Amino acid sequence: MRSAGLGAALLCVLIGTARAAEIPAAQRQSGSAFMSEATRAMQADDTSNPGMLSVLEGSALWNAPAGKAAKSCASCHGEATASMRGVAASYPAYDERTASPIDLAGRINACRQEHQGLEPFRRESAELLALTAFVGNQSRGLPILPPNDPRLAPHLALGKEIFDRRRGQLDLSCASCHNDNWSGRLGGSPITQAHPTGYPLYRLEWQALGSLQRRVRNCMVGVRAKPFEYGAQELIAVEIYLNQRAAGMNLETPAVRP
Amino acid sequence: MAARALIHVPKTAKKGEVIELRAMISHRMETGQRQGVNGEAIPRDIINRLTCTYEGVEVFSAELFPAVSANPFVSFYTVAVQSGVIVFTWIDDAGAKQVATAEITVS
Repeated sequence: MRSAGLGAALLCVLIGTARAAEIPAAQRQSGSAFMSEATRAMQADDTSNPGMLSVLEGSALWNAPAGKAAKSCASCHGEATASMRGVAASYPAYDERTASPIDLAGRINACRQEHQGLEPFRRESAELLALTAFVGNQSRGLPILPPNDPRLAPHLALGKEIFDRRRGQLDLSCASCHNDNWSGRLGGSPITQAHPTGYPLYRLEWQALGSLQRRVRNCMVGVRAKPFEYGAQELIAVEIYLNQRAAGMNLETPAVRP
Repeated sequence: MAARALIHVPKTAKKGEVIELRAMISHRMETGQRQGVNGEAIPRDIINRLTCTYEGVEVFSAELFPAVSANPFVSFYTVAVQSGVIVFTWIDDAGAKQVATAEITVS
């Protein structure tokens, strides 16, 4: 019943508006602009933002020696406040060794395998999210700055193609909602513009921190499509496209969302 | 993973001033009403008590129940009476205790 209702609501939303193009730069808004005053206040205060608990955990992991060589992240990178400032704003980036794009969580895992000789963290594990949030937090307030790397171009194009392609039983693309109907509502919740400004972020619905990949997979399940696996090149391509689309917008990591 | 706590206590206050104290701790607050794989019940695991002492005197305490969300956040007020240590203590179902302290200077 519930999904039938949702489908009907979607239909109403979609019929109401003519197909629009990409969102003009002047009209771009972060997801926080669509939230209630209370949720915004929760995000703004570091002692009430639950994402900061993970940042704290990430800070401990950053400094904890691990592996055979007993090296911590800090052994090579030093103080994260200096070395990681602005890093998260430029991910996903191109990885020379695998000759493919890599996102921030993937980079942390690669570092962990190569320099600490440890098993990678499971995607979406609390530890990986904590470290990603800690590194992301160092770039809070900085504009998203996608790397200007021609080798990323085909992946950017793939990301856009995935964003625009209708999929799933509901036959909707990302663009159907987030480009064409972002001022509308879906099942009572505002439809946002899907700018990845605060990942990994604390979603009150999840009662936990989650990555951009989790969010995208959620949406794919929502339109009843088969979601890409965590860490899949397609998901990273979508991340690349979303970052390009949100270039210049300020990072809020760790954000709070309803 | 160890539980992490974030507390907010003003560093300084005037004697007699009403001050706001805020405390948040990382905890999954498993209700005990959910089922895992194969319908197996996930046992309850929540923080059931939070107390706050100010120079050894209890100024606030709360019982927490399964309906409280993960990473419980509590905010309350007290009167600044003297310089000293403010201690927050959380106790969970397993009896594990988490403590966070902060100092306040009252002039």
